[in-house]
Amino acid sequence: MHKIVGREDVQRLMREGAQIVEVLPREEYEDEHLPGAISIALKELDAKSAAQLRRDRPVVVYCHDFQ
Amino acid sequence: MSPRAAWRLETLGFTDVYEYSAGKSDWGAYGLPLEGKAKFARIKDITRPDVPTCGIDDTVAIARERSKDWGTCIVVNAERVVLGRMFKKELAGDPDAGVADVMRPGPSTFRPNVSAIEMLEYMDRNRLDRAPVTTSDGRLVGLVLREDAERAAGR
Repeated sequence: MHKIVGREDVQRLMREGAQIVEVLPREEYEDEHLPGAISIALKELDAKSAAQLRRDRPVVVYCHDFQ
Repeated sequence: MSPRAAWRLETLGFTDVYEYSAGKSDWGAYGLPLEGKAKFARIKDITRPDVPTCGIDDTVAIARERSKDWGTCIVVNAERVVLGRMFKKELAGDPDAGVADVMRPGPSTFRPNVSAIEMLEYMDRNRLDRAPVTTSDGRLVGLVLREDAERAAGR
């Protein structure tokens, strides 16, 4: 089961090479996103779009806030 | 949205998944950098970090000396957490008085990811020309000046 993490954990995971994924719509990602994040909108999250992620590295997903 | 994304990834066979539930809003409110093509200015880009500060155990004389031309002095603790604010009226008072006794406690503060336009609207409604900016845990980032916000907002 996935873990809920805070800002400092995210910074640590970034340093450790985690993949950061914004799941908001593409336009919101283009406006602003976390450094190095990639965009996979929730509506487009399926086996095909997830294929760009490596399974041997952690994945951190986020949106705007507690939505 | 992110909980559903995390669960979806798990159904797709990912085993090392984390959910940053506080998200982009929390990241920006803490003043951390964001990338992108946003066309609106954030106050973090125009905040002046050199705003004068004093401690709660200082005297008004010290706060006045530090405030110089700013017309304000922000009262912070050793962690730079904002405890209060001294305006011109307080700075002009008895120089031997303690800051703790005359400061205005709990001043309104703003997060670094507030847009310059939102900041100006708040300043207009409340007739403000200066506003302290803090991270989401209350640490002072600096001061936003109306003229800087107007420039950033294209007024």
